[in-house]
Amino acid sequence: MNSRVGYIAFNTFREAVRDRVLYNLIAFALLLSGAAILVGEISIDIERLVVVNLGLTAVSLFGVVIAIFIGIGLVSKEIDKRTLYTVLSRPVRRWEFVVGKFFGLTGTLVVNTFLMAIGVLLALLYVAHKFEKMDVWVLVALYFIVLQFLIVCALALFFSSFSTPLMSAVFTFALFVIGSLAEDLRGFARITAGVGGWIATAIAYLVPNFSALNVISQVAHGDAIPGRLILYNSAYALLYAAMAISGAVLIFQRRNLK
Amino acid sequence: MAAIEILDLEKSYLVGFWRKKLKPALRPLRLTIEEGEVFGFLGPNGAGKTTTLKLLMGLVFPTAGTARILGMDLDNPRVKSEIGFLPEQPYFYDHLSARELLNYYAQLSGVPAKGRSARVEQMLARVGLSDSAGMQLRKFSKGMLQRVGLAQAILHDPKLVFLDEPMSGLDPMGRREVRDLIQQLRHEGKTVFFSTHILSDAEALCDRVGIIHQGELRGVGAVADLTSQTQGKIEIIFYAQKVPADLTSLGAEARVSGDMVNAVLPEERQDAALEVLRRERLKLISLTPVRSSLEEYYIQKTRPTEDRKEANQKEANRKGVGV
Repeated sequence: MNSRVGYIAFNTFREAVRDRVLYNLIAFALLLSGAAILVGEISIDIERLVVVNLGLTAVSLFGVVIAIFIGIGLVSKEIDKRTLYTVLSRPVRRWEFVVGKFFGLTGTLVVNTFLMAIGVLLALLYVAHKFEKMDVWVLVALYFIVLQFLIVCALALFFSSFSTPLMSAVFTFALFVIGSLAEDLRGFARITAGVGGWIATAIAYLVPNFSALNVISQVAHGDAIPGRLILYNSAYALLYAAMAISGAVLIFQRRNLK
Repeated sequence: MAAIEILDLEKSYLVGFWRKKLKPALRPLRLTIEEGEVFGFLGPNGAGKTTTLKLLMGLVFPTAGTARILGMDLDNPRVKSEIGFLPEQPYFYDHLSARELLNYYAQLSGVPAKGRSARVEQMLARVGLSDSAGMQLRKFSKGMLQRVGLAQAILHDPKLVFLDEPMSGLDPMGRREVRDLIQQLRHEGKTVFFSTHILSDAEALCDRVGIIHQGELRGVGAVADLTSQTQGKIEIIFYAQKVPADLTSLGAEARVSGDMVNAVLPEERQDAALEVLRRERLKLISLTPVRSSLEEYYIQKTRPTEDRKEANQKEANRKGVGV
């Protein structure tokens, strides 16, 4: 990695981990995992299913909130506070700044997911008393959640490169919700004819397919995740995030910093 | 080689709800600043000083025109290694300490890892922040932040330093320290381009000044020349309890101050005035030409256009040249 990108990424990571709000969100996610134990204990025979379902959903939702919350301010906050002026007046290219910010936030989310995952795994251990072979799919589900975060981060960064933080949050969250229903949208597109069908198909394939990255329900039931899906999802998430980041760079390269 | 060559640099913004109206922020600006020069860019708030600096820093893009820094185009990546910039009312990452911030900027500026920490400590000491180097910037006062700003601008030993309103919001001691720092930079052979609306600072520090108003460069000149231009009047100071009547009849504007009289009169009446003093046996203290101050030059250049034309005409008439 370009060293300046690395320095910017590290500073972004350092800024995030020194923000108290982040710890509050992680604490909430861990509390939810703890609550999953209680719910699991009153759900006879399906404790594991409840703990995995609730725990991973908490990790996913709180991670998305953190990604959006930090991501939308990554560029706009630096412009508003003019901290960017003393960075871009140095030998730092604008694309290096955007990419550095993206890696910094991604790094923050990977560390957060790791911490929250420990909470989920401990809850799982508490109700099941031991880890089973099928629990490895929980790790795959966590990996897919991280891939979702990659896309959410990139989208938040893309929107924040030209829009206000509030609008960026609205756009990103809206895309997350629509993207979570991408499979349904594709189904709808298939049964719709004419221009409507074309538009539905275009939207269905344009929005990020978060539903393909959500395997929480399968792993909660102990179902295996095919290796091919892991490969496809990895390539899809990387490509989608790269496209969103490229868009953010293209816009930011031409932007006047008033 | 010129340190900065600004060639008809121009910036307009689209304003209004439909963004169709063009508002000029900087009209075509042509200006050259030589290496080793301390140049003051003067003008009231909103005159176009910050826009010019942002254009030179590549933070905004010009509508037309171009500029060269140290002989290189603005988009040449090497330019940024040779310049330091202090924005107006700087704001830094407040989650960092002063030491962490300077270390981060040193990394971005390409200061080699070996000796980077020593350089950071040296800068902290230079701006008097060694004792609070470990404190988070959110706890810093405005004056302390300005010092951090100065340290980050010169951290990587740039050849050219841009300072946007460096004295703004500082107490007298802080202003003095910034002045001293600019003087030091001059002695080190750096080129300093700083914007200000505090004329006394410009007069004390600058080799040349440029006056900008409403996005238009109204005048450029050496401070020594501007402040040495006589206004065609002389000032005579002598010991007396009252103003001699003969002096008043020569058209002198005089006032008594203690046991001294201060009289200003046209220079062609100098001999007649001295004759009056000799006749009245009054002791002369001094006789000096009245010099125009930078303030007068500034006011003349920034007053509304019609007034300015009139003032320029008067000045030309006095010098005996056409406008």
